[in-house]
Amino acid sequence: MKYLLIINMNPTIFETLSEAEREAVFAGHDAFQKELKETGELVGFAALADPAETKTVRVRDGVPAVTDGPYLEAKEFLAGYYVVDCDTVERAGELAAMIPDASFNAIEVRPVMESGGLEM
Amino acid sequence: MTGRDGVEDLLRGLVPQVLGVVARRFGDFDEAEDAVQEALLAAALQWPEQGVPDNPRAWLITVASRRLTDQIRSESARRRREEAVAAMTPADELVASGPADPSGVDHDDTLTLLLLCCHPALSPPSQIALTLRAVGGLTTAEIAGAFLVPEATMAQRISRAKQRIRSAGSTFAPPPPAELPERMRVVLHVLYLIFNEGYAATSGPDLQRSELTGEAIRLVRVLRRLLPEDGEIAGLLALMLLTDARRVARTGPEGELIPLAEQDRDRWNAQELREGIELITETLAVARLGPYQVQAAIAVVHAEAARADQTDWKQILSLYQLLQQLAPNPMVTLNQAVALAMVRGPQAGLAMLDTLADDDRVAGHHRIDAVRAHLLEMAGDQEAARSAYRLASKRTTSLPERRYLEARAGRLPAS
Repeated sequence: MKYLLIINMNPTIFETLSEAEREAVFAGHDAFQKELKETGELVGFAALADPAETKTVRVRDGVPAVTDGPYLEAKEFLAGYYVVDCDTVERAGELAAMIPDASFNAIEVRPVMESGGLEM
Repeated sequence: MTGRDGVEDLLRGLVPQVLGVVARRFGDFDEAEDAVQEALLAAALQWPEQGVPDNPRAWLITVASRRLTDQIRSESARRRREEAVAAMTPADELVASGPADPSGVDHDDTLTLLLLCCHPALSPPSQIALTLRAVGGLTTAEIAGAFLVPEATMAQRISRAKQRIRSAGSTFAPPPPAELPERMRVVLHVLYLIFNEGYAATSGPDLQRSELTGEAIRLVRVLRRLLPEDGEIAGLLALMLLTDARRVARTGPEGELIPLAEQDRDRWNAQELREGIELITETLAVARLGPYQVQAAIAVVHAEAARADQTDWKQILSLYQLLQQLAPNPMVTLNQAVALAMVRGPQAGLAMLDTLADDDRVAGHHRIDAVRAHLLEMAGDQEAARSAYRLASKRTTSLPERRYLEARAGRLPAS
């Protein structure tokens, strides 16, 4: 079963971290990726650029319009994600707890939909 | 000259025999499995170009053994094993022109291999991956493609599965006789899961995955040849054939799911149905009864109805009651509730569903809500049916199922 581990970032909290603590977060991601590769549970991951770099696209009456900035202004934003493939939802929770950001922001664990299905 | 597909079929059939010989000779399942996989890749490249060797099995054993020997020699830390290799027959002598292994131990090897790959220390996804590679002869890339994970991830998963078998103390040898029935049950369950993975695939990018049904059927056929007296192996094969017969009819042109009652039965595969019916009929007459046989018998009752409204639900109900005795399980109760509703009306079915309300094994499972929705619709309670369809739709993690459930909800008039 695949899960998306969503890293929610609150920048005001992140800014309170010391230089050493931030460095530990980056190193923690390297270690987490290494661990996931070794267990055979890593499907993919990405770290996202600052929301200020976001462009939002809307298509109205067939005409696309592009604006700068995110769709919703919020205190938290999506900072990155991991896609893992693991045996149980409990294991997905364990993996989420290993993400360094979990200790000061929050990680959401969402099941990924499957493309197959059975007759009902 | 044999074509690429011909070579692939030939290789797949030879894998368990080759791996059996190499694993026994070198006493290390993990490394033998890697070496055989490399030999298979070499053969898949060379044979279509240069022709199939006179004795393909001996060729594969030789190439795999040579790789293993080279590897062991190059790792000085493994001196202990090197000594063991030195005492063995030189690999080149294996390329004898006569029949490679007259001892006829192939049969046991394939079975031993299946039992090892379905080791109870492994999780089902690992059992599936290892079985597909070591017994089925699929490449890591093919297995990764079927399960939509990167190849490196799948390679790592397979390698860890083999390490876990090793740390559980298992070597390439049959389990003690006392453990055999339970271990065989796991093997059949893994093959059943492989089949279901393929059967659940609907369209487009899932095509590679849909080939898993064929692979599962092939492996059960191999198992049946080894143990022709086993009623549950025959039952599982019949169940797979009878289910696979509906494969084309179960999805529409857009990949949408079509329920059993609405399938175009002319599109069911007549040949698979015939084989499945014959097989389960013969088996039920002689073998000790088991859950796969009963499930196959239920599939036969569906298959024998020319139209959905001609289904003999009374017979299906009594078969589910039998199944409930043999292998009690909330999913069986769920199906039994449907059969009961068809025989005695939706209220009886709904009452049976209520008995599952406190069952932790299925709490919050979307299939319960989906069945409740169908039964409520049958009972004419459209409002409640709509809510139940929507709840099931929220709870499923399958895209085609969600589409189907949303469509059912949408069909009911809003209040």
